[in-house]
Amino acid sequence: MSYIAILLTFIFINNFILVQFLGLCPFIGVSKSSANAIGMGASVTFVTTVASVVTWAIYYFLLVPMHLEYLQTLTFILVIASLVQLLEMVIQKISPALYQALGIYLPLITTNCAVLGIAIINITNTYNVMESFTAGFAAGAGFTLAIVLMSNIREKLDLMPVRRAYRGMPIAFISAGLMALSFMAFDKSLLTNLHLV
Amino acid sequence: MQILLAVLTVALLGGAFGFGLSYAEKKLAIKKDEKLLELEPIMPGVNCGVCGYAGCNAYAAAIAQEGAQLNLCAPGGPDLVEKISQIMGMVVEVDPDQRRKVARVMCNGNIEFTAKDYLYDGPMDCNAASLLMGGDNTCKDGCLRMGSCIKVCPTDAISLDGQGYIVVDEAKCISCEKCVAICPTHVMHMIYEDSEYSIDCNSKLPGGRVRKFCSVGCIGCKICENKFPESGCKVENYLAYFDQAVPHSQIAEAAEACPTKIIIKR
Repeated sequence: MSYIAILLTFIFINNFILVQFLGLCPFIGVSKSSANAIGMGASVTFVTTVASVVTWAIYYFLLVPMHLEYLQTLTFILVIASLVQLLEMVIQKISPALYQALGIYLPLITTNCAVLGIAIINITNTYNVMESFTAGFAAGAGFTLAIVLMSNIREKLDLMPVRRAYRGMPIAFISAGLMALSFMAFDKSLLTNLHLV
Repeated sequence: MQILLAVLTVALLGGAFGFGLSYAEKKLAIKKDEKLLELEPIMPGVNCGVCGYAGCNAYAAAIAQEGAQLNLCAPGGPDLVEKISQIMGMVVEVDPDQRRKVARVMCNGNIEFTAKDYLYDGPMDCNAASLLMGGDNTCKDGCLRMGSCIKVCPTDAISLDGQGYIVVDEAKCISCEKCVAICPTHVMHMIYEDSEYSIDCNSKLPGGRVRKFCSVGCIGCKICENKFPESGCKVENYLAYFDQAVPHSQIAEAAEACPTKIIIKR
C-alpha cells in the first residue's frame, strides 16, 4: 500500500472520528471554539505520530521475540501513557511557547482511544515503521480535520436561533451524525479508482 | 513459565517507565521564578480578571516576568500594591486619594413604587428578562431585581433583601465590577465607599414620564442643582448625580428639598 493510499485511508475513508468513532470524547468536549479545536488536533496529531513509531518498536523488538503478542493492548496503554507524560515534560522544557499552546490538551490525550486505536491498527495491518509513522500522522490529521470542521459548525450554531430543546449538546450530536453521514461518501473504491491499490 | 514471563515483562516495562519518568521530571524540572513563588500566595485568589489578565496567577506571572503594572489589582487594594512592591523591590507611589469603591444599585424602586409593563414568567435572570422589551419594569433603567449580579459576585457580597431590594454588603465588596458588567440596565454603579450621600435613580427620562410609573425616581427638577449650588448635585439627561469631589456643604439641605426624596444619606 502506497503512502498516499495510507494518508487517504486514515484522513477520509477511515476517518477516526466520523467513520471509526474513536476519540469521541475530545471531539464533543473540546470542539466549542475553533482555537481550542486546532490546539487539540495538533496535540493529537503529534501524539499519534510519535506513539505509532514507539509502539511499533515495542511490539516488534520486545513482544514478538518473547512471544507475548497477546499483551499488546496492555503494553500499549502503558507505553502511550508514559510517552505522553514524558512529551509533556520535554515540551515544557524545550519550548514553553508550544507548551502554552498544547500543554493543557496533552493530559487529555493520555488515555485517548484514538491513540491506542492507531497503535493497534498499525499492528493488525502489519505496517512497517515508515507506514506506521504515516498512518499515525494521517490519523491525527483526520482527527484534526473532523474536530476543526465540528468546531466551526458549533460556533455558527451558537449564533443560530436553535430550539431550546436542541440547544447545546443535542444539536451538536445531530451535526456530528450528519457529518459522519457525509463521510460515508469516501469509500474503499476511491483507492481503486485512483489506481492506488 | 509463560505467565511468569508475561508478568515479568509488564512489571519491568512499567517499572522502567516509572523510574524513567521520575528521573526525567527531576532532570527536566523547570526552575520557577523565585519572585513568582512569593507573589502567587499573596494574590487575593478570586480570579476576577479586573487586572486584565486571565487570573491571579497569570497577573503574578506578568508582574514577575513582563513587568506589568503593580497596581492593577482592585480586590487587593493599596495593601497588596505595597506587598508586591516590597517583593519586586520597586517603589510605587500609593495615591492617598485612591479611595475604595463599592458597588451600589442606583434604584429605589420596588413592586410598591414602580409600575410593571407585563407579568414576567421566565428564567429568573435579569439578562433573560431584559431581552423581552427591556424587562418587565415600565422603567427600563431600573433594577430588575432578579439577581444576575448576585450570581456573578465572587464574594457573595450581594443579596436580595425582604423588600425586593438588591443590597451590597460593602465590607465584602472587592470592587471587581463584575456586577456592573453583567447588569443589563446599567443600574449598578461603583461609588466611593466614604461617599456620604447617593442619588439612587438611574432613569434618564423626563420628569413627567418618570412620575407616571415611579414614585421614587429622579424627575430632573434641578432643585438640588439650582437652589443648592454648593450641594455637589448636577443634573444631566433629567438625572441628578452626586459628585463628592466638588464642595458639597449644602447636600443635606438638598436631600431635604428633593421632592421625591431620592438623595439618600448612606
